[in-house]
Parts: sequence; C-alpha cells; structure tokens
Amino acid sequence: MKQRRLGRGVAIVGAGMSKFGAFPGLATRDLFVDAFQELLASVDKGFNPQEIEALYIGNFSSDLFEGQAHTAPIMADWVGLTPRPATRVEGACASSGVALREGLIAIASGLYDIVLVGGIEKMTDLPTSRVTDTLATAADVTYEVPAGFTFPGLYASMATAYMHAYRATPETFMKVGFKNHENGALNAKAQFGQRIADIMEARKASAIRKGRPVPTWSDEMDFLHDDRANPIIAWPMRLYDCSPISDGAAALLLVSEELARQFTDSALHIIGAGQASDGATHDRPTLTGIPAARHAAKMAYEMAGVAPADIQVAEVHDCFTIAEIMATEDLDFFPAGEGWKAAEEGRTARTGDRPINTSGGLKSKGHPVGASGAGQVVEIWKQLRGEAGERQLSGDIRLGLTHNVGGTGQTCAVHIFERR
Amino acid sequence: MSEKPFTGAVFYEYLNEHKLMGSRCKTCGEVHVPPRPGCAACAGSAVEWVEMSGQGALAAYTVIHIAPTAMIEAGYDRNTPYCTGVVALAEGPRISAQILDVDVRHPETIEIGTPLEIAFIERGEGAARRTYLAFRPEK
Ligand SMILES: [Zn+2]
Repeated sequence: MKQRRLGRGVAIVGAGMSKFGAFPGLATRDLFVDAFQELLASVDKGFNPQEIEALYIGNFSSDLFEGQAHTAPIMADWVGLTPRPATRVEGACASSGVALREGLIAIASGLYDIVLVGGIEKMTDLPTSRVTDTLATAADVTYEVPAGFTFPGLYASMATAYMHAYRATPETFMKVGFKNHENGALNAKAQFGQRIADIMEARKASAIRKGRPVPTWSDEMDFLHDDRANPIIAWPMRLYDCSPISDGAAALLLVSEELARQFTDSALHIIGAGQASDGATHDRPTLTGIPAARHAAKMAYEMAGVAPADIQVAEVHDCFTIAEIMATEDLDFFPAGEGWKAAEEGRTARTGDRPINTSGGLKSKGHPVGASGAGQVVEIWKQLRGEAGERQLSGDIRLGLTHNVGGTGQTCAVHIFERR
Repeated sequence: MSEKPFTGAVFYEYLNEHKLMGSRCKTCGEVHVPPRPGCAACAGSAVEWVEMSGQGALAAYTVIHIAPTAMIEAGYDRNTPYCTGVVALAEGPRISAQILDVDVRHPETIEIGTPLEIAFIERGEGAARRTYLAFRPEK
C-alpha cells in the first residue's frame, strides 16, 4: 500500500468532555454544550469560538436512541456556530474516531484552518432490550443478527476463538475489567468510577441495610466469579466484561500546525492516522484479532514514523474485556497470543511498562458509542500535558495513541499524537 | 440452476426450502456464502448459484443469556440461554448460525473444531413462517 502523508500538519489545541453516565432529561445537545464549554476553558491562550470554520460530529444512532436524526446542525446551533458546515459522521462505535480523521483531512487539505470535532451519544432513554437491538444494527442485520447474535455475543465468540487458540481463560478477561475499574476510580468523568472492592463493599452495606444475607466474597476474583453479582451476558463475557450503556459527549479543537502556538505552547500534533474497513465477523480469516485494527495501526505507525514500542500511553477500544486484549496485539504492543499474559502480569496497568486505558477505558469511564473515540483523545490530551491528576503517568509522556473500533471491526480508526 | 437474483431475499427463499445456497464466480471459482451478485475476489460479474453440502466445523461460539428482542420472542431468556456461533463450511466460506444440541449450561465443554451438520429452525406461523439457519454436532 502506498504510504500516505498529510498535506500539512494538524494539531489539537483544546479538548473537553461531559461526564459520562446516565442522565435522564439531558439530550445529546445538552451534553455537547457541556463538552464544548470544557474545551473552551482548556485552550491555554484563549480563543474566540467564532473562529471555528467547520464541525465534524461523530454519532452512531441518535435516530434510534433518541428519535432524532440530522444531529450535526443541531450541535452547531446549540454552540452558536451556524451557518458553518456541520457534518455528521457515522462509523458505529468508531464514529468520533472517524470524525477526528475527517477533521484532520479537512485541515490538512488546506480547506480550513480551525475545525471542531465532536462525538455524541444518548443511549439511556431506551430499555436495555432496545439498546441491544440498536447496537446490533452495527453488525450485519441480514446475516449475523438472524443467527441470534448480539453485540456482546459477537465479541464473546471472538473470546472463545481466542481462548481456544492461546489457552487464555475467562479469569484473564476479569482481570482486564478489574484493572480498568482501578483506573476509572481516579477519573471524575467516569460513569462507574469505583474499584471492584468499593463495589463489593457497597453491595455488602446495601444487604445489611435491607436485612438481607450479606455476601461473603473472599476477594475481587471471587466476586467476579459470582453468577449473581456478575451474571453471564454472553459466555464467556459477564456483566463486568462489558462496557455500560452511557450518555456523553466530547469535543476537540483542531488547527493547522502553523496556528498552534497562537492557542497553546503544548499542543498535541496528530502525527499518524489510519482507518480501515472489513466485512461481517464470520467472514474474516481470523477471529482472534481484528484485521481492520491491524491495517489502521500499520498506516498510522508508518505515517508517524514511530514504532509500537515508542508509544507511552494508549487508549484502546475495550467495549468488552476481550477487545482490550486483542487491541494490544493488533497494535503490536505484544505478539499475537501474548496479550492475555501481559494483562495477567500487570504490564497494562497504570504502573506497568505498557499502560492501557488510564482513563478507566470504556468499561469504567462509560461508552456513549459515538462519543467514545473523541473521549479517548481527551485522556491522551491530559496524559501528554501532565493534567491527568491522580492517574497521571510518571515521566516525560510525549507520545500517545488512540484505537477506536466500530462494530466488531468493520471500522477501525487509529491516531498517534505527539506533544512537541 | 435458476437465474434468480443473488440477493439476501432469495438466499432466505432457498433457506425456506432447506437449501443453504451461495454464489460461485464463473471466472475465478470463488464461492460466497451468503451470495453476492458480483465476485468480491476478482470483480467478475458472471456468478451462478451453488448449494452447500451442509457439513462444517465450529470456528467460534457463545452462549447468550441476554437475548435480543427477536430471540426473546422465540422463547429464549436469561433462564433459557442459547448457543450461536461461526461455522466454517466444508466448502470454505464461514457463516453465522445458531448451534443446537450442545450443553449451554456448561459452555466450557463446547469444543471449537467440532464437526457440524446443517439443521433448520422454523419460526412463525402461516405467511410469517421463516426458516433460520442452524447447525448441530454431527451424529
Ligand atoms: Zn471471481
């Protein structure tokens, strides 16, 4: 494949997000305004939002979730940016990762200098069964869904293929969820920002309050093995292997590299970008990894001129715990079949040599699908600028990566960021 | 074989007759299941219908406890989970299908690589009757 280069450099000079969670009464537009306000406050040297020339908004399915299509112009209107062009970008759970790429391309082409990239989703208005049905529309509705596949079910089937190929066990997956809750507990924006131990204590306290028998879990793994506390969703994926149903929004300010210093002295330069597509899950040569992620990662590494080992922090698409393990292999952080061992050994923890999902990941932070890709970039923005608070990685963190997957890998967008 | 269009609608018409059909490229021989009106391997436009033998092997699976609406209507739920998976057909292509006659209470005993044979599930009454693709371990 021909190596691609950007027409000119592009940098992120502002980033913000709403809290992720379940917010009855708030629509996507309300959450987007929240993210936009935080973005404005994040621009070190300040700026006039009227300088924004275009918007690219990632959104999976406001149509089915909220009964509202055509959402991008509404976002532009609610932050006072009409009549600028506002384009909705749909790539399932990778919608805002792809929106970021579209914003990047628009500036690199020379058409615009200043672009707002957003991501939005409002999922909690629907009952769980209809959320399940809506998410399943990211798979092949003609040929996968009639077999009874759900979205968790598709990833669970990849988990059985992975376990069979590499001798991993369901316990490995539980440890990924455990780790992401440890990180999310340090993130005030997280939907489920509690450690597993905190959740266990809360369950015990609730049982005492209600006069019910108090559970006697010996430790976190005992809790995660409990069919009542951690029910099976699609074996081997249990509740604590699955990212939650969430509402949320995120926003990023992109400018041409020449303008970056007008906004901040510590911009994030987007030095690598890759995107790839694929067919239905059953139609792939391998089920132990995501081919589109491998393609997208290769493109991004080649454009950036960096190696996987150079990346200091990565936010990967852990919609399910198995997905995080496969991501660490698809990104070449570990060889195929070794990702589960690295997770077991704690190498992907905040204190490990290869920290993954310091934000808490989609598992703990929440997964408002169309907002998740932009939300990942917010964490890299914070880590590279030393603004991640209690969960800040130590050392001089200059190189970060985001990996955003749509469906089960029909779309994948990978970006690499450098603070110069 | 007939000249029926190589569409999902016709694929399911054949399935209602208990035939698992794909398309074969007359130029390069590539078989697509489900069928495609053009060949994705060589971009050829001349394709023909071909029936699959119904033999295959289990490539991946899951046992679903939280079911989608359509499967809840078919009688499945948290207490009545079902197995679904990816089947590698003897002819090469892979397809999604429900997996019958496996121990859904002990999913760890279900084995990838198990030889499978085709089965058909009928759901709905009268004009709404429809056949769903399934496989079960070979007897
Ligand atoms: Zn062909």
